[in-house]
Amino acid sequence: MSSVVELSRWQFAITTVYHFLFVPISIGMAGIVAAFQTAWYRTRNPQWMRLTRFFGKIMLLSFAVGVVTGIVQEFQFGMNWAGYSRYVGSVFGAPLAVEALAAFFIESTFLGIWIFGYKRISEGWHLATIWLAAFGSALSAYFILAANSWMQHPVGYKVVNGRAEMTSFWKMLTNSTVFYAFPHTVIGAYANAAFIILGISAWYLIRNRDSEMFAKAAKAMVVVGVIATAATMLIGHFNGQLMTRQQPMKMAAAEALYNTSKPAGFSLFAVAPFAEHPSRTSFDITVPHTLSLLATNSWNGEVKGINQLQAADVAKYGPGNYEPIIGVTYWTFRLMVGAGTLMVLFLLWGLYLVWRRKIDRSKWFLKLALPAMALPTIAITTGWLFTELGRQPWVVYGLMLTKNGISPSITAFDVWVSIILFTVIYGVMGAVAVWLTVRIVKKGPDPEVDEAGKAVEPNLHVAY
Amino acid sequence: MHGLWNLETLWFVLVCVLWIGFMFLEGFDFGVGMLLRFVGKTPEERRAVIHTIGPVWDGNEVWLLTAGGATFAAFPNWYASMFSGFYLALFLVLFGLIIRGVSFEFWGKVENPQWRSVWELAMAVGSFLPALLVGVAFANLIRGISLDQAGNYTGSFWDLLNPYALLGGVVTLLLCLAHGASFLQLRTVEPIKARAAALGRILLPLAAIAVIGFVLWTFGEVSHHSPGLWITMIVAIVAMVAMAALGAMGRVGLAFVAGGLGIAMAVATWFTALYPNVIVDSNDHAYNLTVFNSASNHYTLVVMTITALILVPIVLIYQIWTYYVFRQRVGLGGSSAEPTTPEAPAPPPEASAQV
Repeated sequence: MSSVVELSRWQFAITTVYHFLFVPISIGMAGIVAAFQTAWYRTRNPQWMRLTRFFGKIMLLSFAVGVVTGIVQEFQFGMNWAGYSRYVGSVFGAPLAVEALAAFFIESTFLGIWIFGYKRISEGWHLATIWLAAFGSALSAYFILAANSWMQHPVGYKVVNGRAEMTSFWKMLTNSTVFYAFPHTVIGAYANAAFIILGISAWYLIRNRDSEMFAKAAKAMVVVGVIATAATMLIGHFNGQLMTRQQPMKMAAAEALYNTSKPAGFSLFAVAPFAEHPSRTSFDITVPHTLSLLATNSWNGEVKGINQLQAADVAKYGPGNYEPIIGVTYWTFRLMVGAGTLMVLFLLWGLYLVWRRKIDRSKWFLKLALPAMALPTIAITTGWLFTELGRQPWVVYGLMLTKNGISPSITAFDVWVSIILFTVIYGVMGAVAVWLTVRIVKKGPDPEVDEAGKAVEPNLHVAY
Repeated sequence: MHGLWNLETLWFVLVCVLWIGFMFLEGFDFGVGMLLRFVGKTPEERRAVIHTIGPVWDGNEVWLLTAGGATFAAFPNWYASMFSGFYLALFLVLFGLIIRGVSFEFWGKVENPQWRSVWELAMAVGSFLPALLVGVAFANLIRGISLDQAGNYTGSFWDLLNPYALLGGVVTLLLCLAHGASFLQLRTVEPIKARAAALGRILLPLAAIAVIGFVLWTFGEVSHHSPGLWITMIVAIVAMVAMAALGAMGRVGLAFVAGGLGIAMAVATWFTALYPNVIVDSNDHAYNLTVFNSASNHYTLVVMTITALILVPIVLIYQIWTYYVFRQRVGLGGSSAEPTTPEAPAPPPEASAQV
């Protein structure tokens, strides 16, 4: 049985992490492309129209992969986690159903009209459809994060007849956890999209192709990106403080803080003895007082340690180990914060270049903008791994253990079949999507003038 | 005993409505996907065929996601038992939906015959698998699968492939094909239209025969014949006969409407045959899952009912608007979705300058 649990966890991790490589790009690009189109609608400057169409096509590739991998998300709770679905379905199912009803319909329907509808409906309505699609995609994030926040910090339910039953949908939707998780995630998605558009624009600026237009895009993305990244980190900081109160074990694991400390230092680099559950670090460089300050707003605030929390959990929940894998939690947290810090620093450099009006000629910045496209993906992926692995062994914190959520009727063979085939199709699909994106980028945006030197008519068709 | 007036039954009906929406709308999408290479011979024709569903297929698919989400929220035990019990079958459905979904976006990006063929094949296989397997799955719920006390499926993948269930799969497959053939005749121009008509002349009667055979078998399969079952079954049979007859007479629009009604009533027949069960236990019905023992608590159902009553009408309004926006036939313009139509040879000036 344990192998079915382990395999199912791997499958969930693979399908969900993969899904979320594309989703933030889609969410963020939808809003930014809508802003480009709005700029064209208001100024009639054809460059905005060409940017809309060009980045619109790239956005649609991301949407396509995000949408199809999202279908799996809706169903795999029942497939691999029937125990979980039965126990929490009356609470957890509701935001999923409402997400489909309220958000997916808006997103998919209006995106379809946007792709095919140019000149069939008025320009104003056509502009409205991309905004509605952007709104729908962000709204869907709200409901799914409300569902996830309930797993981190369950509210608005009671346990009746051996299962969790909802007592207040309002409490679930206004969970303090989702108030931080939602802006952290969605603003982070805009930062991600800004880095993608900035990186692609830099590619053109280096080659001196359509420089005027891509300089416009790059400047806009530096400004959007720096605001979005800084906001994401700031909200993440408050999110961390909330987590220290709601899931103290996760914060202790994030810092590899084995023993309750007052004051606590922020760990920069730690190593622990090689064991399944080490009870101490063997080497730890810390900045004194910093963790106390970050986590509790107080110079000498107390931060609980793993050993004490484990003992308290045993007293509360019975014998067992209630620690996540400390090494993974510790390092994913550091990668997330580290990637985010690099993002802010890079964009501050960009901001300086924008201010000095030389961003389009700064070779080093533009060259680094290409690999920098990976930073948001690293931050987002490690952030989710941290959030979800740091909650273990719980699937619903303090309420249900992950191992109890498994489907009793599936076999290791079943899961092996699906895990291998999902990985193969996802791999092929991702490779094709990236290859097509590179192809679109190399081909470049539509020309502003045709061969005869005549201005090309406005065209926002992005249909296949 | 429970009467009919309770939230559990209401949600059973709503889940049924969501499945009808899915089978009606994605039915023709799947049909178009499978028929693509038979009705379109040149790249321009195939583009036109894909564009008949291009703007709407994704919105149509959300009906399935909503049906899944609503089942999870309203009937967690049904959701858990069905999706874990049909694990590999459902995996194949997901596989199909994945390759089909990306094929629309990938297909037109490269102008190479082999590339196009790969994604046309993905569209066809990706439409075929869910069209077939949805029927197999639902037929098994009625016929009964082996459940334990906790509601977990105890049989194997192969037990799901019994004759009744396979006929159920053939039924949904043929319904999608027939519905797609009618849809294409309404949305395309010659020569695609004529090819769809030729296929429709075979597919419509076949679908009608399969549905009629299947609802009669279903009627024999269940012991309790409620008035609802009688009504849905009779309307399904009449609608299917009408569909085949109208199709033969060349009244395509009416055949499409009759086919749509037939799909709705075929799905409704399954649900009325199931009720009050949601999954029948094949071992003496000892552990049948019913709408009552698989449902969420009352509060959740109330919240979900209010939400659905507010949101479903709004969704219907804007989805119907979409079909209104894309009401014109898709011509063979060559390039992407130009709003030109054969009925309107001179497009308005602002639309004439498409690239």
